[in-house]
Parts: sequence; C-alpha cells; structure tokens
Amino acid sequence: MDMTSGSSQATLASLRERALRLRRHMVTQARGKGQGYLGQGLGMADFLAVLYFHELAPQDVDFSRRDRQRFYLSTGHYSIALWAVLAELGVIGLDDLASYGADGSPLEMSTMEGRLPGIEMTGGSLGHGLGIAVGAALGYRLDGRRAAIHVEISDGELQEGSTWEAASAGGAFGLDNLVCWIDCNGIQADGPLVVPVDPVTERFQAFGWDTHEVDGNDLSQLLTAFAWARERRGRPKAVVLRTKPGKGVPRLEQRDRAHFIRIDEQEWDAVAQELEANHG
Amino acid sequence: MADTLTASTPTAGRTLGMGESQAVVGRPSQFAPFSQGLLRAAEMHPELVVLTADLGKYTDVHDFRREHPERFFNVGMAEQALVMVAAGLSKVGKVAYCTTYGTFASRRAYDFIAIACAHSHENVKVFAGNPGLASGYGGTHQAIEDLALMRSIPNLTVMDPADATEMAQIAEMAAGLPGTLYCRLLRAHVPVVFDPTTHRVQVGRGHVVGQGGRIGFVSTGVMTERCLDAKAHFDTLGHPAAVFHTATLKPFDTEGLLRFAATVDRLVVAENHVAMGGLASLVVDALYEAGVHKPLLKIAIPDQFIECGSQAFLYDRYGLSTARICQRVSAWIGA
Repeated sequence: MDMTSGSSQATLASLRERALRLRRHMVTQARGKGQGYLGQGLGMADFLAVLYFHELAPQDVDFSRRDRQRFYLSTGHYSIALWAVLAELGVIGLDDLASYGADGSPLEMSTMEGRLPGIEMTGGSLGHGLGIAVGAALGYRLDGRRAAIHVEISDGELQEGSTWEAASAGGAFGLDNLVCWIDCNGIQADGPLVVPVDPVTERFQAFGWDTHEVDGNDLSQLLTAFAWARERRGRPKAVVLRTKPGKGVPRLEQRDRAHFIRIDEQEWDAVAQELEANHG
Repeated sequence: MADTLTASTPTAGRTLGMGESQAVVGRPSQFAPFSQGLLRAAEMHPELVVLTADLGKYTDVHDFRREHPERFFNVGMAEQALVMVAAGLSKVGKVAYCTTYGTFASRRAYDFIAIACAHSHENVKVFAGNPGLASGYGGTHQAIEDLALMRSIPNLTVMDPADATEMAQIAEMAAGLPGTLYCRLLRAHVPVVFDPTTHRVQVGRGHVVGQGGRIGFVSTGVMTERCLDAKAHFDTLGHPAAVFHTATLKPFDTEGLLRFAATVDRLVVAENHVAMGGLASLVVDALYEAGVHKPLLKIAIPDQFIECGSQAFLYDRYGLSTARICQRVSAWIGA
C-alpha cells in the first residue's frame, strides 16, 4: 500500500483522530472507576481504530447480520477498549462511559456476551478466543461465506495450552479466512511476561500459519498488515502486534506495572493533558 | 445370587473394547443407536456438524463421517479445541455435536463447556462416552464424577439415557434443543429396555414404571435397566416396587419425583456415578427442600478411583449389578 498518496495521508489523519478519541473514552472510563485495564486499552487503540474504522465496513458492525466480518476479543479484561469502540459506533452513549466497572453497569470490567451488542464472545477466561475463531472461520467456509474472521489474543494467552490446540486445528484445517492478531505488550498480571513466549512468529509458522509482525502503535504498519492479511491466501494468518502499554500517555508508558492501573485522584488531569499533548 | 451377566457370556471376564457395553443375556440390543439418531438429525438439520477429538471410531460417528464427510471434523487429541471450535461454529449458525470420552470432556474441557458454550447459550451438544464404569480401562477412562461437574454449570442441560431407545431419541432431538447439552453416550451394542414405538424421552420429565408400593427405585442411565430387573425380582417376592427413571439430571423433574415418592415407603437411588453430586444428591436436595423425609438408600460408585476390569466384574464388585442391588435392598428392608 502506498502510504505517501494524498488519500492515504487523509486516511492516516482520520485514523489518528479515531485512535485519540478511543483513548479519551478509555481515560474517561478509568477515571470514573478510579482504575482499570487502561494500559492494555491504550496500547490497542491504534489497532482497534484501523480495524473498526477502516477495515470493517458498516455492514460488519451491524451485529445482527449473518455474513459479516467478525472480530473476537479474547482478552475479556480489554473490555475498556471495546466500550470505547462501541461508544464511537454509537452503541453506547458517551455519558455512560464513566459507569465502567460500576455496580449494575453493562460496561463490565470483563466482556460478557449478551450484555451489549458488539460483544461477540465472553472473554476473560483466557485461551478461548482463538479456538472460537477457528470454529467461526470453519463455519463460514462451510457456507461459502467470503467474510474474514478476526480474533485478538494476547501474548499472555500464548501460555495457555488451549491456544496451541486451536492453532493446531486452524493450521490443519487451512483456514485462510482466519486472522489472529496477537497483542504482544510484554506484561501480565504478575509483571513482565513470567514465561517467555517468543519467537511468536516462528511458533505460529511451525503450526502451519503465515505470519507478519508490526509495531502495533504505527498506523501505517497496521494498514499494511490488514492489506497483507486480506490478500494472503492458503493458510491462516497470524500478525504480531508489538504494542506499548499506556501508549499515548507518557507517564503511563513509563510505568513498570501496567497490567491493572491505579491512578491517584489528583493525577487524572495530568493524564488527560498528556494524552492531548502527545497527539499527532 | 447369580448375576444376570453370566459366565456363559463369551466376553465375561475380559475387558471389552472402549465403551462397548455388555448386553444382558436374553434382552434385545441395538448397535450404535447414537449413530442412527444422529443420521436422522442430520437429515432434518443441514446446519448440523459433527466434531470429534480422535475418537470417532469409539463414539459411533463413523456412519455420519461416511454419509456427510464435508460436515465432519476431527481436531485430534485436543478436547479444549473440540469444544471451543464447536462454540465458534455455533456462533455462525451451526449446531455442533461433539464426541469424546466423558473423562476428557468433563475434566479437560470443563472451562470451555462452561464459558465458551453454556455462558453464551451456544448450540453445542457434547456426547460423552464411557460413562461411569462403562469403560474397563480404569480411573483414566471412567467418567464417574462428570454428572456432578456438569450439573453445577448454569444454562447446561445434562442427560444420562437408559438404553438404545433413549440414546437414539436424544441424538435425534438434540439439534432442536436450545443451548448447550451434555449427554452421556451409550455406544456399540446397547440394550433396548424401552419400546421405541411407545417410549418418548422428554427433557426434564421422569418416567414411572409400576404402581408404587414398598420400594421406590429412582434411577438414571444404565442403572434403570437394573432397577427394572430388581423391581421384577421384588414384585415376585411380594414386595411391590416401582421405578422412577429420569434421563435428565438438569433440568430435573422435581414435581414428578415428589409425586412418585408419595406412593412408596422407601427410596433406592441408583446411578452409574459417585454418590456425591449426581442423582442421589439432587434427589436428597429435592426431598429435603419439600419436607419429605423417607428412608433412602444410595446405590452408587464409591468415592475412589476404580481399577481396570470387565464390566461384569466391576459392576458386581462395586455394587451396581442387578444381583448386588437386590442383595443390598433385601438386607435393607429385612426381606
């Protein structure tokens, strides 16, 4: 894809704006709760902006349509990022964002299918997403549907054995309508990855997948990755996204412990200001 | 007392092939009833697909594989993938039947049955072979606690058919049942206890045989055949008995049980499962909550892992054979 053309520049500018809006929505949520999985959400904002506001067509986000491109978010605790997307899509109101994690709110700390349109699976019990996506891709192929199945999993989920059972099945079935996006942000609940998962691309290649690796916070590289996944044929595809937890807010990027972020009451204004100052 | 499984049975004393049941001598049996019901369901439901985890040969899905190869998937020895992939197929409009052994479905794939399937009401039907002592291969292959595990999952229908008639009917109707089903699988030569022309298994409904009396057997799965034989034995001795059979443990027919309990003096609960968390537990819960207090005897697998052996040997050794049931009940009622 030629990233220097005028239209591409316009695309990049609009996606940068979308990513900023998603990040604002996440900060609003975390501020309402006083804490949250903000690190992961901010790190995934660029990917989700490209996925939902460039790759997916309007009919793909009409969640009642049978033959749509689908996206499964396997990491349930990234719900903060999905709520931001659903707010941008108009599924939930901007006024509701501050209720993230509050008692009775549908904006739960983890994704529960059935609570809101657009939650395609119950995540959070980790290691489920890739296998579900394999089944969905298999079903689409059976019916001759052309749409792709996308799934996000995290580097921590590469420690779950079930992920490799699913990778094995996806490779064996040769599901070339399946794209697995692996958020490699290097953190998990107990800190930096407690069990190394690299080399990720080589591991997926060994399971019969085509692979690609990009900076998950670089919009140009993300656009290229989606184009690669769309055009590549014959095998399931895995794309490694190297993302930065807390991306867009320097004081959060610098945190060592970014899995579940707690922020002091007086610090929120600074977080919001840093987000705006670093935009562009 | 001699067991009805006599030493003249050619296979007596030998461990059978995986999940093959050993028919009672003199009683008709049907081969692969699951397969027959499955093929009928496949005709009615073009959206039906079948998955297995390297146990197609041992779960009677070979006929389906031959008839509908494009709708059959083997994920290999990967029970988590089996259930996850089934859930994904359901999400795009398929009805996914999956087969493996009960031990692997329940112990290995539990989280995936609970969260990937039941939590989202997925149209996944898990058929779990080698229930209880059906396998002669010891603790690794005997699903003796699966009903307890599965009963505790919300949204899940849990069934344990009695015979070939019920197995075939459940296989046929499962595709039309909403949500996720866990059903024990009876395979190979399965006794025909109930007349397929008159008997209809219904989810959540018990089935009563007899008119009440001194002994009331409450049973599920293959134990119903033995309880019916024991009933005949006690009827002959002048101790009238009746049987309340249920193929469904969840949702359970509590009202039917309470009506039945009111017609008998004592209750004998029989299940091919450990004595905790299964049928006996739910019967005791139901009775106690309704304020019904009756003498109750549990016939079940003891709280231990069971060794290898032929079915006749194991059923007799652990008290699940008709002969052992009759002995225990006789001693209990003083007859």
